[in-house]
Amino acid sequence: MGLDFSVIPPFYGTLALGVLWTIAITAASAVLSFFGGILLAVVALYGPLVVRLPFRFVAWLFMGTPLLLQLFLIYFGLAQIGVDLPAFVAGVIGLGFHYAVYNSELIQTAMVAVDKGQMEAARTLGLSRRQALMRVIVPQAVRDVLPPIGNNMIALLKDSALVSVIGVSELTLSAQLAIGRTYRPFEFYAAAAVLYYVINLGMEAVLRGFEKRNRLSR
Amino acid sequence: MDVELILKVYPYFLKAAWITVELSVLTTVLGLICGALGAAARLSRFAIVRFLGAAYVSVFRGTPALIQLFLLYFGGPQIGIQLDAFCAGVIGLGLNIGAYMTETMRGAIISVDEGQGEAARTLGLSRAQSFRKVVLPQAMRLMIRPLGVNINAQIKGTALVSAISVVELTYTAQRYIGSTYKPFEMFFLAGILYLAIITITGKGVAYLDRRVRLQ
Repeated sequence: MGLDFSVIPPFYGTLALGVLWTIAITAASAVLSFFGGILLAVVALYGPLVVRLPFRFVAWLFMGTPLLLQLFLIYFGLAQIGVDLPAFVAGVIGLGFHYAVYNSELIQTAMVAVDKGQMEAARTLGLSRRQALMRVIVPQAVRDVLPPIGNNMIALLKDSALVSVIGVSELTLSAQLAIGRTYRPFEFYAAAAVLYYVINLGMEAVLRGFEKRNRLSR
Repeated sequence: MDVELILKVYPYFLKAAWITVELSVLTTVLGLICGALGAAARLSRFAIVRFLGAAYVSVFRGTPALIQLFLLYFGGPQIGIQLDAFCAGVIGLGLNIGAYMTETMRGAIISVDEGQGEAARTLGLSRAQSFRKVVLPQAMRLMIRPLGVNINAQIKGTALVSAISVVELTYTAQRYIGSTYKPFEMFFLAGILYLAIITITGKGVAYLDRRVRLQ
């Protein structure tokens, strides 16, 4: 069986929808992982010990196990305890939480590196501890690690392909759908690869723009 | 936590973990070979070879590993490449992690002080000699730790081959989640085994790193 790329055009619509879902799930997970990462970092550094230790344990567990396994846990695990989530939501939670743990490690390192004088000055000026954290320490820390967080988001885009296995009809599953109808795996997986590559380039350009603005605003 | 169930199924998980170890070792070896070739290509004197190296890195890092795996395993037969699932897994994952390792190795090599290579050339060593005897040994020390990070990611990446039905740890966990409806227990069991593999590998990398630093 040779290659015949003319099988692709009839499925433009299917693939386009897949692209949209991939962008949607990536964007939603990226936002969740960003704010989740900040929250996890603050709790891991400043939370009371009884909260901090379990947090550290869960972070360790999630950094040491495959994302795919975590997706199965969240999708089937939540169903078991009676929370029946649509696959899309389960996918966003899985991807978002996985990368939140990674982002939180980055942010923690940066928070520790923020000059101690910043907290003291903020407290002296009458800010509460919480205000000082959220308005003085966290913004500085996050700004320092924006480039590596950006790299995590690019990794997240590529890992979004994994949610196809729990049935989110993003790009990978769209390609599989077309393959099921045409029996042409090479053509459609190649098409999906090209589309991922293009989304990847677009995302890198957007992140570069962010980083540039961030550098200028200092 | 259903301990009885865990005790009943753990032998299957152990067997699956061994497959994951095999996959990880073979993939790491292939990845290191691809990484070394890729780094050599990216640092080549010839523009065309540099371009090929850059294209390899860009394509394999710019698309999902899962798609690469599917393309090789399901699409391969269409262009005359017929592989069993395990081989397709090793080759697909190896090529993928090789692209990341290319950048790691290249980064280590170019961060060795330029003066070192120049000094070696001045002392009469050939280009190849100065690279092999002066630059590379220094670069080796710099690359062990970041390569360890690549390997760590790659061990977790082996979970992807469950999607082409290689019976490794994630596939086994998924199958038992489906048949027992005990996702937490199965996750716990597979998770411990992954953590064990990753922790042992991490210790090995740290040991190697310490040794080359002492020399």
